[in-house]
Amino acid sequence: MSRSAATASGYNFAYLDEQTKRMIRRGLLKAVAIPGYQVPFGGREMPMPYGWGTGGMQLTASVLGQDDVLKVIDQGADDTTNAVSIRAFFERVAGVATTTATAEADVIQTRHRIPEQPLRRGQLLVFQVPIPEPLRFIEPSEEETRLMHALEEYGVMHVKLYEDIARHGHIATTYAYPVKVDGRYVTDPSPIPKFDNPKLHMAEGLMLFGAGREKRLYAIPPYTRVESLDFEDHPFEVQQWEAPCEICGARDTFLDEVITDDRGGRMFVCSDTDYCQSRVEEVA
Amino acid sequence: MTSLTQPFLSVDALHKAFVLHGQDGMTLEVMRDLHLTLSPGECLVLSGPSGIGKSTLLKMLHGSYRVTGGTLRLHFEDGELSLGDLPAHAWHTLRRDVIGYVSQFLRVIPRVPAVEVVMEPLLARGVDTADARVRAETLLARLNLPERLWRLPPGTFSGGEQQRVNIARGFIAEHPLLLLDEPTASLDAANREVVIELIHEAKARGAALLGIFHDEEVRDRVADRLLPLTPHMGAALEAAPSAGKEGVS
Amino acid sequence: MKRPDLNRATLLEARGVSRLYGPGKGCESIDVRLHRGEVLGIVGESGSGKSTLLRLLSGMERPDAGQVIYRPAVAQGRDTVGREGELDLYAIGEARRRALLRMEWGLVHQNPRDGLRLGVSAGANIGERLMALGERHYSQIRAVGQDWMSRVELDSRRIDDAPQTFSGGMQQRLQIARTLVTRPNLVFMDEPTGGLDVSVQARLLDMLRTLVRELGLSVILVTHDLAVARLLSHRLMVMRRGQVVEAGLTDQILDDPQHAYTQLLVSSVLTP
Repeated sequence: MSRSAATASGYNFAYLDEQTKRMIRRGLLKAVAIPGYQVPFGGREMPMPYGWGTGGMQLTASVLGQDDVLKVIDQGADDTTNAVSIRAFFERVAGVATTTATAEADVIQTRHRIPEQPLRRGQLLVFQVPIPEPLRFIEPSEEETRLMHALEEYGVMHVKLYEDIARHGHIATTYAYPVKVDGRYVTDPSPIPKFDNPKLHMAEGLMLFGAGREKRLYAIPPYTRVESLDFEDHPFEVQQWEAPCEICGARDTFLDEVITDDRGGRMFVCSDTDYCQSRVEEVA
Repeated sequence: MTSLTQPFLSVDALHKAFVLHGQDGMTLEVMRDLHLTLSPGECLVLSGPSGIGKSTLLKMLHGSYRVTGGTLRLHFEDGELSLGDLPAHAWHTLRRDVIGYVSQFLRVIPRVPAVEVVMEPLLARGVDTADARVRAETLLARLNLPERLWRLPPGTFSGGEQQRVNIARGFIAEHPLLLLDEPTASLDAANREVVIELIHEAKARGAALLGIFHDEEVRDRVADRLLPLTPHMGAALEAAPSAGKEGVS
Repeated sequence: MKRPDLNRATLLEARGVSRLYGPGKGCESIDVRLHRGEVLGIVGESGSGKSTLLRLLSGMERPDAGQVIYRPAVAQGRDTVGREGELDLYAIGEARRRALLRMEWGLVHQNPRDGLRLGVSAGANIGERLMALGERHYSQIRAVGQDWMSRVELDSRRIDDAPQTFSGGMQQRLQIARTLVTRPNLVFMDEPTGGLDVSVQARLLDMLRTLVRELGLSVILVTHDLAVARLLSHRLMVMRRGQVVEAGLTDQILDDPQHAYTQLLVSSVLTP
């Protein structure tokens, strides 16, 4: 855990003004009350372009307390550009402690992954969401998709999965795999690999989703039923790897392919760098 | 079985006029004060020159033409039914189950094979497709329609071939009242014989038939009575006995 | 022989429905009654109000006045209130109305592109209503899709092809399969043969006739083509300037028209 010495002056705590944070928190309360439902919010300009996690950052800024410990990951790693920048941002504008250890964090902002270590009670996982609307691919009209949600007209979601099987012989959607939250709203879990979908189900932590460009937020509260859509004869399955992680030997984690040289050398390693690291340390 | 003395169909003071709005509302009166009765098992043949209103009468009985005045009644065991003021949808059932019609020309449905054209009245009643097909093929065979034509749409058939498809379609469902509009017009002698047989069979099972036949030989062989229609008044007279036959009335 | 029962249950009834966009534009105070298993044709020239009437009857556009009553065979759901399971189309909630359109009714558009999802395969198009009804077995959905492709005379081996690769007539048949796959109680058709070549039309008409009979469909068909109306409909309504000028049995309307306008319409048709 580290606490930044150089907190920038002239900014409100965590960059956003208190009124904005309040507005977002009200939205979050509504989102928690209606799991999976997309709540519009008055998104603010962040000192970063859209697509770099501005939605997640606004949520993080709104829920962050002065004593909270923050972890930021991008594709499972704490040391990629996006994660490093966002972490540095909150160190400067909020002066909060940061960590790479999943277990130590109170708030985890993430892009495209859920940590391997299960969330514990009280932990918050904030997702950066590019496209919050799971129905968009088939129905471009926002007005229409909202009505479809309201009336639970979700037949089209299976049309997409059907099309996958027709084309590829199996459900080829491997990330942003649609889920049904609490038996009601069909929701886009953000572009996490479908490997992570089971972790959404009955999680102990609170999961918040923020889409900056589209100014929508939604939530999956703790202990909420989350089912991945599928067919009876093509049930939902997660990815499998033939070999374990080449660093820590784990067989139950999501692996990234890493190119090691120019001659086609490659290795498969845990995408969750903290988890991998901690396993190596345990063994050592 | 209903006795022959009790009519199945009775027509009283039937009046038909066409108003031609395109011709300044000119009224064309084609039938006035026509009376007739028709019993089960009886074949009544309409006679008179063409244009006298014979087909018009059949079309009124089939619901295709409206009735301007007078009554058309069917007498069932449990009561009578007046045809003049039926709601349109009542005719769907009536045509399916009670009143059959063999028109002069086959209204060709594009692309439907001849055998299916013939089957249709049975299918409409919910008869199993296989049964309907067997019955349709039997009839087409009796009418000497070459088997290679059965699976073809009748659009390109000769007049006589189309007429035989039409006859098969009209007779297959064994309606209690059959209206025949020159069914033998374009048939050769052999097929005329078959139609005469079919008419005799229909009479034998108790159907009431009302027909138009220009061929005098056929007319004499099937008609129990003749009903001559006269200009402008339709038939003022009740049916006169046909030549060489005892009239039943 | 006993007197046959000539009554048929009413499936859909409109009472005095009006929707006017301007004087004589739209439709005014129209009564319609569709019986079970019946094909009702609505004919008229462009601008006669027939398409407006179709929109009012099919739940797509709320009338300014009047009611549309649907009488499903079995009373269903909490919204089924009133006498004999009557459903007042514009008094029920939008959710129920949309569900009705999606589950129990079907709509065949003139342009198949309006009724198809062009981005997904033929099989997915046919399967959509099944999936909306909760069917979750891929192989079964696909088998039904193939069966329906044969029924509408499409090559079932093309089940994975996109509708864009189909001709106009094939797309229309695909749209019909997609609509009829759930065996709707009531089907609305808006000029179903409108944009097609004559040879393709004949094939489609014949197919529709067969399907109507086999499935016992109740249909409201809008067309300006009297030949189409004659082949498909049991009854006709003739519309002009937003009003019904004449209604009755199809062959009665076409062979013995009473109204001056109907006589003009019928006599204007070219018969080859």
